[in-house]
Amino acid sequence: MIPLQDATGFQATRWPELVAALALALLIVVWIVRTRRSSDVFVRRIPGLEAVEEAVGRATEMGRPVLFIPGMDSMDETGTLAAVNILGQVAARTARYETRLLVPCRDPIVTNVAQEVVRAAYTAEGRPDLYRADDVRYETYGQFAYAIAVQGIMLRERPATNFFFGRYYAESLIMAETGNLTGAIQIAGTDSDSQLPFFICACDYTLIGEELYAGSVYLSREPRLLGTLKAQDMAKAIVIVALLLGSLATATHLWTRP
Amino acid sequence: MKTTLPILFGFLVGLVMFVQYFFSHPSLQRTYNLVLDWKQIVFGMMLILGTIGLVRHHGVRIQRRERAWGYSAVTLSGLVAVILAGVGGGVQGGPYAWSFENVQSPMQSTIFALLAFYVASAAYRAFRARTVHATLLLCAGIIVMLGRVSIGEMLGFSVGDARYSLAGLSGWILDVPNLAAKRGILIGVGLGVSATALKILLGIERSYLGKGD
Repeated sequence: MIPLQDATGFQATRWPELVAALALALLIVVWIVRTRRSSDVFVRRIPGLEAVEEAVGRATEMGRPVLFIPGMDSMDETGTLAAVNILGQVAARTARYETRLLVPCRDPIVTNVAQEVVRAAYTAEGRPDLYRADDVRYETYGQFAYAIAVQGIMLRERPATNFFFGRYYAESLIMAETGNLTGAIQIAGTDSDSQLPFFICACDYTLIGEELYAGSVYLSREPRLLGTLKAQDMAKAIVIVALLLGSLATATHLWTRP
Repeated sequence: MKTTLPILFGFLVGLVMFVQYFFSHPSLQRTYNLVLDWKQIVFGMMLILGTIGLVRHHGVRIQRRERAWGYSAVTLSGLVAVILAGVGGGVQGGPYAWSFENVQSPMQSTIFALLAFYVASAAYRAFRARTVHATLLLCAGIIVMLGRVSIGEMLGFSVGDARYSLAGLSGWILDVPNLAAKRGILIGVGLGVSATALKILLGIERSYLGKGD
């Protein structure tokens, strides 16, 4: 329970964050308008996302399912939102290729959202009959109990393709190594910097940090969303310039911290 | 309406949560606390639905005697046993607490301990000097691992009062190049999080609603 504040009014120490948020929002709006006029927007190749189509196709050819893990956190975490957005794109492809999609979830709220996303994707592809509610289910909230549940699914169902998107903790390597042992092609994407080395070791492709958030945009290629990607890149360029100028100013003693 | 109403609701609640971060008015703080309480309630209701789905899934597997249905029987037995223990003996002490301390907690620790072997297996596969980058990774890995144990401090030399050891080199690798890369990733993640949150707030990204783009 957050205690009530005694003071009222604007928290002046947070003005840089407000300016940054408003500036980013403005950049997003400007770039959406620009990409609506001209949808010819260059986006660099991200091997992990390029491989999604190939990975789903591999599962189809082998007659084995696709496994999608949407992370360990709840829907209030942005990483999970990004993972669920990618799930929609993956589900559209599995519906198109008539491949079974397994989505074991740790969080009950994520389970319900994932069920809606997958059902909608299958319906949009004209294959609502292929949607199996039992394949998108809640397992358990316990961290390692969930990892073992996923291990069991991998060893029993033998998915040909494993997707790990979202936020992960210590259990990530347990799942990724088991998937590696079963011979599945594995694509991971996480914003957990501590788990990235494990995924890079155990998976065939790994999306690092912000590439996870670009996932659904990259796969859908919708002009409106591409604009937000360009805005993000422009914001990063501004941050890099600010860092360089700040480092230079500090190194040459032009500016010292108060 | 089916898409517009959730987007509008999300925008309004998101706007309130955004504004309360910058303004410390008591009404905004009360609203923030209320939203946190609602989140717990929604979680609880979703947990019930999730458990019902879990019971149905495993119940069907047992009924049809599907492959490895025994594990489903164990799962449902455990679920029923812990519920009965909690309802009958309370959650503070009694069989419920005993099952947590003597069954669940040791099992969690066991799986966590197994992680060391998974790390060894992954490292054996990853640390192979096939390319220049892989060789650099291998060398850095060896230095950092040795630097973390007692021998790291012993392996070194002194120049005057200064001591140069593997432990020091290990610390430099972690504090300088590794930290620089980590901060770069975190900056990118921060921007990605902000952009995604704004996309959700402004209704630009709608995939999570299950209605497509």
